[in-house]
Amino acid sequence: MSEWWTYSLRDLLLFSPRTYYRLFELYNLDMWPLQLVTVAIGCAVLLLWQHGGATAGRIVAALLALCWLWVAWAYHWQRYATINWAASYFAVAFALQAILLVWLGVVRGMFISHRVTGRRQRMGLGLIAYALFCYPLLGPVLGRSWLQSEIFGMAPDPTALAMLGTLLLYSARPLWWLYPVPVVWCLISGATLWAMAPLDH
Amino acid sequence: MSDHNIKLPLDTTRRKLLATLAAAPLLLTVMGAGRPGSPATRTIPSSGEALPLIGLGSWISFNVGNDKAARDANAEVIRSFFQAGGRLIDSSPMYGSAQEVIGYSLNRLGHYPELFAADKVWISGSENGRVQIEKSRQLWGVERFDLLQVHNLLSWEEHLPTLFAMKANGKLRYVGITTSHGRRHGNMEQLMRSQPLDFVQLTYNLEDREAEQRLLPLALERGIAVIVNRPFQQGALLRRLARHPLPPWAAEIDCTSWAQFALKFVISHLAVTCAIPATSSVTHVMENMGAAMGRLPDKTMRTRMATYVDNL
Repeated sequence: MSEWWTYSLRDLLLFSPRTYYRLFELYNLDMWPLQLVTVAIGCAVLLLWQHGGATAGRIVAALLALCWLWVAWAYHWQRYATINWAASYFAVAFALQAILLVWLGVVRGMFISHRVTGRRQRMGLGLIAYALFCYPLLGPVLGRSWLQSEIFGMAPDPTALAMLGTLLLYSARPLWWLYPVPVVWCLISGATLWAMAPLDH
Repeated sequence: MSDHNIKLPLDTTRRKLLATLAAAPLLLTVMGAGRPGSPATRTIPSSGEALPLIGLGSWISFNVGNDKAARDANAEVIRSFFQAGGRLIDSSPMYGSAQEVIGYSLNRLGHYPELFAADKVWISGSENGRVQIEKSRQLWGVERFDLLQVHNLLSWEEHLPTLFAMKANGKLRYVGITTSHGRRHGNMEQLMRSQPLDFVQLTYNLEDREAEQRLLPLALERGIAVIVNRPFQQGALLRRLARHPLPPWAAEIDCTSWAQFALKFVISHLAVTCAIPATSSVTHVMENMGAAMGRLPDKTMRTRMATYVDNL
């Protein structure tokens, strides 16, 4: 689009809130009960962090890579791309995050359990808990059907939030390569939700 | 073909144009009160073909992906649109799954001789444009498009020759260009002066009235049909208006809702051939089509409408 920078976010919105949330509803119905598996993976990430050790770090990286790859394929590529042509690029970015997780976390073993304390630990655990247990409840709390819940490992937002929380818990030195995709996704998704807000009634 | 057209001479001089504009309110009042149950029409200057003043846009409303229930609902919208006398449906490759959903809907209807299929080319490169046009045609499932427009003037230098060649070969009936949100009006004006365009598409509504200054008069002068997008500012205008009661004098132009008020303002401009509100609601389609029935505002009433909304 020419002069795209002169458009407001709302001008760029391609779909209605109803269509957006119906996407999650149909996705959840199609995939049930996979949601139980992905939430279990999220809980496993927490337990493995608690357990500590190099092997546990590698397993955490592999599990997260699996979730990112799944979201790239099943959500962005297969579903979101049907209403947003940009989603194919999001799929590539999520797949790239999965590759980075495999390379840095599994192959190079850089997910080293680090006994973080204080604010960093609270933020990390808080983000993961929010992504796993609170984010799926946001829709129903705001008046949408529980079928439209966005669940870790299935939907991109809670997956990105849990990723950021995990990164805070692992490694004394930040794994900078793993931050850009989830951070940029949070910004994109936040902008989308903000653009939809006045239409969401 | 409707019998209540407003025909404009192709070689209208500025003086004649002004005279026509002065007489427009009377014409609109007479022509707008057409056959009961059918929408008023206006002619496409380059051909004389009549088009109902209200069309159907597909931005956002038809981008429902693979949601079958939503697709079926959209098919009902198109069915109701045709039943109410509508013809022009507008889409673009930019609108996500909208083209595919229109194709799905038309296929469900099976028979749609009323359809005036308007689409766009939105890509860089001449060859890419040809490929995109063919893909769009397949998604709609139509033999040919009635109108193809260069979306937001993107690569117009490459696409207009393609579209004019298609028209010359009988593979297309009309050629146009589009803009929206009041952008690139200068470029559009240049092309309206230099290219043999049949249509332009632009944004015009009760609040965005910049087109009144140059583009709409130029369209009349050059004999170019005008499609108006964003007549409700993507719903924002109606949300603002909904906070206030419809003025009682709206009944003088047979308005029963703010949507009709906004649409009647747009389509009562003599240069406007068709407004394309987008909706996924059958109720709203019927309400929108109602704007092309009954009395249309004259010049005095148009000023009153704009002033009233400005002061809300």
